[in-house]
Amino acid sequence: MGRVARVQLAVILGFVAVLELLTRTGAINRLTLIPPSAMAAHLWKMLVGGELDAPMTQTFANVAIAFALSVALGFAGGVAIHGLPRLRRLSDPLLASYYAVPFFVFYPLLIAVFGLNRWPLIAIGVVFGAAAMAIATLNGLDRVPRVLRKVARAHDLGWAEETFLIVLPAAAPHLFTGLKLSLAYSFIGVVAGEFILSGSGLGHAIAYAYDSFDNPTMYALMLFVVALAIALNATLHVWEQRLLARRRRQ
Amino acid sequence: MSAQVSSEPRHLRPLGDAALLLLSAVLAWQALYEVVGDVALTPPLATLANAGALLGSPIFWRHVSATAAAFAASLAIAAAAGVAAGLALGFHRFSGLVAEPILTALYTLPKVTLYPVVLLVFGLGISAKIAFGVMHGVIPVILFTMNAVRNVDPVHLKTARALDLTAVQTAGTILAPAVVPEIFTGLRVGFALSLLGVIIGEMFASQRGLGFMIINGINTHDVPTMMAVILLIMVFAIAASTLLLAADRKLHRRG
Amino acid sequence: MTAETGTLRARLSGVTKVFDAGSRQNAVHALGPVDLELSAGEFVTVVGPSGCGKTTLLETLAGLTSPSSGSVTFEGDAVAGKVPRGIGIVFQEDASLPWLTVWDNIAFGLRRLGTPADDIRARVDYAVSFMGLGAFATAFPAQLSGGMRQRVCIARTLVLEPRLILLDEPFGALDQQTRLLMGDEVLRLWRETRATVLLITHAIDEAVMLADRVAIMSARPGRFIEMVETGWPSSRSSRMVEQEAFGRLTAHVWSRLRGEAMKALGRDGEAAGSHHG
Repeated sequence: MGRVARVQLAVILGFVAVLELLTRTGAINRLTLIPPSAMAAHLWKMLVGGELDAPMTQTFANVAIAFALSVALGFAGGVAIHGLPRLRRLSDPLLASYYAVPFFVFYPLLIAVFGLNRWPLIAIGVVFGAAAMAIATLNGLDRVPRVLRKVARAHDLGWAEETFLIVLPAAAPHLFTGLKLSLAYSFIGVVAGEFILSGSGLGHAIAYAYDSFDNPTMYALMLFVVALAIALNATLHVWEQRLLARRRRQ
Repeated sequence: MSAQVSSEPRHLRPLGDAALLLLSAVLAWQALYEVVGDVALTPPLATLANAGALLGSPIFWRHVSATAAAFAASLAIAAAAGVAAGLALGFHRFSGLVAEPILTALYTLPKVTLYPVVLLVFGLGISAKIAFGVMHGVIPVILFTMNAVRNVDPVHLKTARALDLTAVQTAGTILAPAVVPEIFTGLRVGFALSLLGVIIGEMFASQRGLGFMIINGINTHDVPTMMAVILLIMVFAIAASTLLLAADRKLHRRG
Repeated sequence: MTAETGTLRARLSGVTKVFDAGSRQNAVHALGPVDLELSAGEFVTVVGPSGCGKTTLLETLAGLTSPSSGSVTFEGDAVAGKVPRGIGIVFQEDASLPWLTVWDNIAFGLRRLGTPADDIRARVDYAVSFMGLGAFATAFPAQLSGGMRQRVCIARTLVLEPRLILLDEPFGALDQQTRLLMGDEVLRLWRETRATVLLITHAIDEAVMLADRVAIMSARPGRFIEMVETGWPSSRSSRMVEQEAFGRLTAHVWSRLRGEAMKALGRDGEAAGSHHG
């Protein structure tokens, strides 16, 4: 393990250790924060007891659908914008300021339109995630080196061949970045929505535990959501490294 | 780029495009209203009227000032702390390498789920909202600032030494112009995210502020007010973002 | 001398290229008019100052771009719109496909043509050993040096057995010594394949060392000022630089080019870098 990684591990473990110490000695009130070990223990109990099955299934399904739609719509959008200059002119300023607008405020509105079910959650996840995929797709397509396009012509490749044999592989690193961001944003959008206003899912479970003054459950769930977010992103990151490492200039 | 000949003068094109976008958005809105009806949406013109009415209402302005106060404070703290931390992490390479993945990981967390901790620590008041806004806004500021410092071309530093500049001169004439554009971009992103953080915080546990007004709208089935508030927030966000983006572009061109 | 003298491989007649950047800006007259005839098996180099239109010349000949006027033929047929089978191109920039191994890179063109797998294997293996890439066949381009990557691109072209090989400043990114050695590689290639070769360069020594004929190009809009016969034997190598004749030829070429190079340099804002060739 490299030096940087060791220090990172030390920092994280140190942070957890400090929290553990402060909560166990009572320096931090138990009503405010419970020791990390207690969080983990309670989480384990809940997992084993099946208490998390229902909210997990809900959230996973919502995130999966939101992610799939984000990637599909974002990719299609990116391709369309790249290919149609007029559309590009219209959408460039839009995409540049996209994440500056707090789209989340539309969430209650989506509930008014769709009802209190999974669709407002998925919609919010897609609103967040699709733009990231579109921007990444655009970047990837823009950055296909011109010389590779000439190679396609030199080998007399048709449109489909050029796309699948040259353009997409060349754009793959950017597309993968889009995937990572889409997943992160879909996850955040769905869970945040569940938290603010929803009847089910992990986010809702946290809010409910808070409202019921059930700290152990609340913290266990928070730990779970944090661990989940990190695990999802780390998985994609590792996958990306494996897939794309040999392409990087050594 | 395309070499199309256009009938309109070039500098007016962005306005024409914006008008086109706006028109299509409004038409889509109206169409959606026709489909779902009053129970879920208010149509564009009515919303505009409601928004106008809100702007004249003192109650609305009380909510606005609650949000504005929290937002201003969190932006100030996020900016100051973020730039300071970013500079430190940028100059001290090793710390930067250690911190970056951790910060990026924090960035991908649904921070709203951590809000209850903030409430338990800060209580149910404006400080919780400010803390929440800072949580959202500080990370991009740190990351962008850190990268700005890291990406200063070593050639610039060599030039400074060759010209025999003092540390202060180097900082002022060579480093600052090199890093300011990127830091500004970080601040721009931090601005948007702090605003988002404060509003989301208000949606969850507050009796005051614009976020509260929106959630209250859904709880009391008051769709017109909800939509009017959303419209006003969007107008503000888009206006602010456009200005900041223009400033950002100017800075980058000069830098 | 080279075999098959007399057969015409390719011809450019009265070719010009004007880039129209839109009604607002002035059109850029990049090339021509030029006339050029390439006989089968000969090695021609084109040397000229930056921005003179060398790359445009090559791309027009290859069919990558169409001339604004004049005609281009390859083996008697007009070249229009697409790159004819039988022409191979080596580009200036790194054109290796970073997601494929060296072996797969070289096999790329053959696979598109539906060549049987055994045939592909034989030809690629041969190209790999011919270009000295045997130890790197399973490596990825990112692990190779610039020179090696260009060899991969040359191998990828070689394997298609082209009758006309076009090289656009293929060694531009390499250091001088490597370039001379790569020049030897190209000469080996030329002798082995008996193809017609057109190589574009801005380096006078390279142009003179490699060619049967050196075409000297003027500053933009590029036109041929002079054709210089070198008289080298086909067994030539980079050791030609040691010969007296080499010095004389190089001096002569430079004396013709110098004025043009100064013209190219004098054009502020349009000189080298805006578009190469």
